[in-house]
Amino acid sequence: MLTQFLQFLFSGVTVGAAYALAALGFALIYNASNVINFAQGEFIMLGGVLTVVFLKAGLPTPLAICAAVLAAAIVGMLIERLAIEPARDSDVVSLIIITIGASLVLRGAVQVWFGKGPATFPAFSGDAPITVAGATLLPQSLWVLGGASLIVLALWLFFAFTILGKAILATAYNPLAARLVGIDTQWVLLVSFALSAAIGALGGVLLTPIAFTSYDVGVMLGLKGFVAAVVGGLGSGVGAVVGGLLVGVIEAMSAGYISSAYKDATPFLLILLILFFLPRGLFGAKVTERV
Amino acid sequence: MTRANFGLLILVAMLLALPLALPNTYYFDIANRMAINAVLALGLNLLIGFAGQISLGHAGFFGVGAYASAVLTTHFGWTPIAALLAGGLLAGLLAAAIAPPIFRLRGHYLAMATLGLGVILAIVFKNEAQLTGGPDGMSVPPFSMFGFEIYGERQWYWVFAALLVFSVWASLNLIDSPFGRALRALHGSEVAAQTAGVPVARYKAAIFTLSAVFASVMGSLSAHYIGFVSPNVADFFHSIELVTMVVVGGMASVFGSLVGAALLTALPQTLVAFQGWETVVFGGVLMGFMILLPRGLAPSIAAMLGRSR
Repeated sequence: MLTQFLQFLFSGVTVGAAYALAALGFALIYNASNVINFAQGEFIMLGGVLTVVFLKAGLPTPLAICAAVLAAAIVGMLIERLAIEPARDSDVVSLIIITIGASLVLRGAVQVWFGKGPATFPAFSGDAPITVAGATLLPQSLWVLGGASLIVLALWLFFAFTILGKAILATAYNPLAARLVGIDTQWVLLVSFALSAAIGALGGVLLTPIAFTSYDVGVMLGLKGFVAAVVGGLGSGVGAVVGGLLVGVIEAMSAGYISSAYKDATPFLLILLILFFLPRGLFGAKVTERV
Repeated sequence: MTRANFGLLILVAMLLALPLALPNTYYFDIANRMAINAVLALGLNLLIGFAGQISLGHAGFFGVGAYASAVLTTHFGWTPIAALLAGGLLAGLLAAAIAPPIFRLRGHYLAMATLGLGVILAIVFKNEAQLTGGPDGMSVPPFSMFGFEIYGERQWYWVFAALLVFSVWASLNLIDSPFGRALRALHGSEVAAQTAGVPVARYKAAIFTLSAVFASVMGSLSAHYIGFVSPNVADFFHSIELVTMVVVGGMASVFGSLVGAALLTALPQTLVAFQGWETVVFGGVLMGFMILLPRGLAPSIAAMLGRSR
């Protein structure tokens, strides 16, 4: 009984950590630009796929991962410069379509160049499962959780203690005022895209040995990351992490106890329920609308 | 208003003349798909363009209609027309039931909620395999009404053409009715509209329900027309495709929706030439359109010609 619960919890927290990273990516870009980046899932996909490619090219694992994350960050910056920047003044729907266009380009390119089949690489420290109170835990899950925790910690340090981090926060709070005090908001936007692409890609790298990767994994991961970001309240960092874990755990529990066929529907049911009662998510800023 | 009537007249003339120019059934098929999408885009434009409420799950309602027709006629022996009405009713009830909580939301939160609704519907269609055939889909019997069977691309052409003309006419009238003006007012400012006596929540629910019924009816008809339905018709990408037609054509532009639908239906057919690179090119074209013509085709062209609207 407890063993089973623990087993579901482990798998939920593992995939939840990946959702949390995706949600952080959404939050970063949303804060810097008010854009919901529907290409976020493709960054996760790029992380996994590019690592596979670089490993095949003969790079050692750590180097392959760094190269993949760096490449994803560059793709993120390209999207910002080529697609978002020229359309800054467009409305929400147009920007959503632009980011979806970008995600189609990325997915299509990977499909042609990498093929349609799933791929993976060996787990970082073997496949021998660890037993905790009867439930098994893959070493790679610990990598996912540890990696995600480190990223969250690093992000917190970045926002609390660096000038660039504070500049991003200031831009999120009020872009005009930020420009007035001399912050280069265009640069902030570029950094936000690079950061969120890198975070997403890292999530993809960590998750690939467990969940495999292919050209189309980004679709569901991205949508669920969006759910996680909204559960927590758009733009909230804490909300993104809590939202990601919550979505992952509830999904795993519903798959275990209710129906595994409807596993993919649970996050969306959850978000509908949450929005019915809390229209701005769990940690969303309370705003009064000015008329 | 006379200009809109003039546009309607041109549309009718074009639809009457088009069969003379179409060389074979392949082109009739494309014309039919364009008309289906045009009606869908019109319905969605009433919601997005005129009332200013986004829906990223509209293909879900299309799926409700398509599967109502497929399942009720195949498994339960209903007549196609009864199944079509049942689908429309179901989609309408679903939309009306979900509208009050959903339309308290704004912007991205509304986008999320409607997206979620669409994804859930698509997953239901995929999972209830004993009824829907699962991911492989199921075939749909041909459409018949009062003993007549609509058969072949050429016959369907007149059905869809008539529907299209009716939808354009209805949309044009709706927009200039008190209800339509109220919708445009709440798009501008909900508070101002409310102050002026517009029952904002009820009107948003009403237009959402109406466009859901539009989508469901077209879902039913296109399922009969194509003779096959799969969960893809309800998925996120189909929803996005529909929104794209509205936005590329031009938000709050009735004739823009027709142009957008025609363009986005023709595009994949022409992209087949790119062999494998279709998705990349399609994505690139979408981005290009949105960056270069952010207001959409019809309004941008109208602005270029120096006219308003």
